[in-house]
Amino acid sequence: MNETSRGSKWIGQSVERLEDPPLVTGRGRFAADINFPRQLHMRMVRSNHAHGKIISVDASAARALPGVVAVWTAQDIADVPPVDFREGPIEKLAPYRQPVLATGTVRYVGDPVAAVFAEDPYVAEDAADLVTMEIEELPPLLDARHAPGEFSPGRNTEADLLRQGYGDVEAAFRDAPHIVELELTCGRHSGVPLETRGALGRYDASRDVLELHGAAKVPHRNKELIARMLKRPPSSVAVYESHVGGGFGIRGELYPEDVLVCVGALRLGRPVKWIEDRREHLIAANHSRNQHHKIRAAVANDGEILAIDDVIHHDNGAYVRTHATRVAMMTCGVLPGPYRVPQAYRAICHFRLTNKTPAATYRAPGRYETTFVRERLVDAIAHQLKLDPIEVRRRNAVTVKEMPFKRPLEALGEEIHFDSGDYHALLDKLMDYVKWDELNASLAQRRANGEMVGVGLAMFVEKAGLGPADGVRIQVDTSGFVEVITGGASLGQGFETVMGQVAAETLGADYNKMRVVHGQTDRIEYGIGAHASRATVMTASATREAALKVRAKALDMAAELMQAPIDTLDIVNGEVVCRDRPGGPSISLGQIAAKLSNTSKALGGREPGLSGEGWFFTEHQVYPYGDHMAVVKVDPATGGVKVERYIIAYDIGRAINPMLVKGQISGGFAQGLGGALLEEFTYNERGDPLATTFADYLLPTVRETPDVEILLTEDYPSPLNPLGIKGAGESGVNGVGGAIAGAIDNAIGIPGAVTELPVTPQKLKAIIDANKR
Amino acid sequence: MKPAPFSYYAPKTIEEAVSLLARVAPDDGRVLAGGQSLVPTMAFRLARPRHLVDINGVSGLDRLETADGRLCIGARVRHAAFERPVDPGPLGALLSQVVRHIAHHPIRTRGTFCGSIAHADPASEWCAVAAALDAEMVARSTRGERAITAHDFFKGIMTTALAEDELLIEVRLPTLRAGVRTGFAEFNRRAGDFAVAMAVVVYRLQDGAIADARIAVGGAEAAPRRIEQAEYALKGRAPSAEAFAVAAEAASRALDPIEDQQNTAAYRRDVARAMVIRALSEAA
Ligand SMILES: Cc1cc2nc3c(=O)[nH]c(=O)nc-3n(C[C@H](O)[C@H](O)[C@H](O)COP(=O)(O)OP(=O)(O)OC[C@H]3O[C@@H](n4cnc5c(N)ncnc54)[C@H](O)[C@@H]3O)c2cc1C
Repeated sequence: MNETSRGSKWIGQSVERLEDPPLVTGRGRFAADINFPRQLHMRMVRSNHAHGKIISVDASAARALPGVVAVWTAQDIADVPPVDFREGPIEKLAPYRQPVLATGTVRYVGDPVAAVFAEDPYVAEDAADLVTMEIEELPPLLDARHAPGEFSPGRNTEADLLRQGYGDVEAAFRDAPHIVELELTCGRHSGVPLETRGALGRYDASRDVLELHGAAKVPHRNKELIARMLKRPPSSVAVYESHVGGGFGIRGELYPEDVLVCVGALRLGRPVKWIEDRREHLIAANHSRNQHHKIRAAVANDGEILAIDDVIHHDNGAYVRTHATRVAMMTCGVLPGPYRVPQAYRAICHFRLTNKTPAATYRAPGRYETTFVRERLVDAIAHQLKLDPIEVRRRNAVTVKEMPFKRPLEALGEEIHFDSGDYHALLDKLMDYVKWDELNASLAQRRANGEMVGVGLAMFVEKAGLGPADGVRIQVDTSGFVEVITGGASLGQGFETVMGQVAAETLGADYNKMRVVHGQTDRIEYGIGAHASRATVMTASATREAALKVRAKALDMAAELMQAPIDTLDIVNGEVVCRDRPGGPSISLGQIAAKLSNTSKALGGREPGLSGEGWFFTEHQVYPYGDHMAVVKVDPATGGVKVERYIIAYDIGRAINPMLVKGQISGGFAQGLGGALLEEFTYNERGDPLATTFADYLLPTVRETPDVEILLTEDYPSPLNPLGIKGAGESGVNGVGGAIAGAIDNAIGIPGAVTELPVTPQKLKAIIDANKR
Repeated sequence: MKPAPFSYYAPKTIEEAVSLLARVAPDDGRVLAGGQSLVPTMAFRLARPRHLVDINGVSGLDRLETADGRLCIGARVRHAAFERPVDPGPLGALLSQVVRHIAHHPIRTRGTFCGSIAHADPASEWCAVAAALDAEMVARSTRGERAITAHDFFKGIMTTALAEDELLIEVRLPTLRAGVRTGFAEFNRRAGDFAVAMAVVVYRLQDGAIADARIAVGGAEAAPRRIEQAEYALKGRAPSAEAFAVAAEAASRALDPIEDQQNTAAYRRDVARAMVIRALSEAA
């Protein structure tokens, strides 16, 4: 179904980003840049207790402060329901949803208890300081492996028990020649965009429209959710995305604060602005990743993994937010990754709530965690069976002959079908590129000289392009500018550029005359935003469909105007020309648009407008794949780890813009590195968060992050969409924990040493010292 | 992230500044220098000074010069001033090596040397240098001027001998003669972070043997200080890996490390030992 690329002009080129001019000249518009006349500023009053009963909240002093317009607690908005799930109501999980303001109980430090609305942000913060609360402390539950506690009468903190699997696990383990068992933990960390969250609610009574500004990621979904929660007709709610300073899965979900600015705007009759501060962000926006795996594999003598059995304790924090159990369910489905696991598989996930910040998706949700676990498992198998770890991977990886490969497990509600790929061939390319034998010989030499250096590998399969459908409308104005109106979203990834490239290519227009619209719910009826590495696969495919329609319409009109048969015409740089008469007569898309205007005499029987709408439908996600390789050096005196080299091999199917793909990979890598070595949301035994500033929550800086060597291949375009696209957003982060863990083991000469992320210097030094004794 | 209300003063002279301090310090008034420690804590409302006396416009505080074998560093001199050697001898080289470990460039263009000393973070590089070299701190108030040596100045975590109404107007470091050897090493999780532990060493060679050794450890204890036991261990010995290991071991034993959520005392002790070895090896 792939198009044979007829010498492409825009697709596949690393063109400069369409969205950059305002951003690099300081004229971008982020949430905090938006202001409305008469706006109020909202400040949240948050719980300082990890768990407790609210005895009373006293806001009288705050209300008395000049400049304060209102202070709300749960009673004041008793009619507003808890924040609902994005994909619709789920009865079983409904009791675990987060109320917009804590009702009766506080469940984590940061839980919103009251909201202050004031004339300026300083007064709002002064007033929030004056709100006092009496809390009767309850014991905090801080470890998902501990016995569940009571969530509410008759309901415990294990909100769900999830399972996926196939085959007879007991039989497979009973008959297995070898059993390899591990206990592994992935630490609690998350996406921390440099732009904190922000939201502005505004009610336009003249049109009876409620507006939410500062949205991101899933504006259309949030519009529906707000309409549902506030019982308004969806057509009376509009959600607007502006520039977004990073999303990573956590930004753009509907949070209590988003609902509050809307309710505030409706009830107080003035726009309400809320800008999150950094401390709030680190304790209130979604956390992620914290899972404990007790995993075992049944293994044949040659290293073939026959069966896997995994028991997972997933720490979801205090509530179940918009994603419901998505990360945990994904974890169960994607854990086997590129490996066949022919006999049996079982993953049981205890989806548990604790008294920490609620958790949800973060770039490569369920994949970062499972690649760490799976690749640790493969390394352990190699060690236990005295096999070469690369050979074990080769033996188990699904082969090109088995493609498309179906596995009776699900990801995001779809059965997993690997669409295409040759995992072995990509691994070969990586081995050639790094000169594997020479690399190992030089590391061995350095180890012999007393250095602790080592190499680690992680293989992975990504998933991208979540369907089922996406639509785009394209309209050309009389100057020849092309408006590409999408229901997608831009989190900074280059969305406009990619859609512009595909539209320009397909239509034959000039890339520099593209205006790409996203995240505006009043411009297009449907949209599923930007998540699950879906934007390029879905929205670009829909853009292509729309552009094909507009192209056909332009050629049809031009044929009449130029008195030439359609099949002799082409569109080049926005001009319709006769294919075999270069320099001959031409007519621009702008002129054609004018001829197609609603009052044009040339219209004939045509529908007005040089415009068209295109839809793309798909039943299955696509599965790009790759390998991560890390070379690290460990300092035994401090336990510090330096990543000397990092290589990512990745088959993207088709790169619309290789520069952007590489940017995605490098950025993702930095985040993976953070989770592997630096970033962790730690808590003390009372449940107080300890990482509440950038001095304690350690994002890698450019000094800790080596340049990534990227081996980008386009060997297996996806057969599931016409352009062969596979998605890029999560490939850079996926394997970092797995590869670095392996490299550290190798460097310190202790197989299986790393069982927990992040690997802090202190922990690593203790491992090295314990081994010396 | 919005500071609590405060009143703001911008004096132009040292006299004006100290008389303002005399008035507002008892009512929780504070000096504002580079603001790189104070302003973040105010933004978090961890500090809520009622008055700020901004010394950035005070004349006579930007002195940075060598006189009588001492480098005098005024209260408005920024960290970044040390990025190029401010003195042709070993002191200038040491300071320009150390400064690269303090925060990040934008912070270094605002934060002041004296601000670091007055703030007395246990892991401040300048405080460790001041301890190693027995710096002299010059404090001024309406009551007069006094000089305090490093040994008496650093009292504990963010506590110093400065009275609340005293302005630290200058820090004086002895210059180092040509041939004096210096070394510095620190360990932190990321470049620019406050260190887990650090070591500053200074010594000279006399007939091939170590003389006048100064070894200061910072970050590990509540305040940086010279570790006599380590200095003593080096006395009269030729520089060697073995001698350094003995000195480092003596230093680590002499320490009473602080413990926090990130680092245990034992770990800090280990890292301090490693940093002493590294600083000594570098100086050799
Ligand atoms: C991200 C970040 C990383 C950092 N990393 C490091 C690091 O690695 N190492 C390091 O040493 N520092 C680090 N710092 C702190 C920085 O060096 C500060 O500049 C320094 O600690 C304080 O100097 P200042 O001039 O900014 O003082 P201010 O912040 O203005 O004041 C700090 C305190 O000292 C008092 N004070 C200041 N000057 C005087 C004076 N002349 N007399 C009396 N009292 C005075 C103030 O009242 C206040 O209490 C970091 C800061 C940041 C923001």
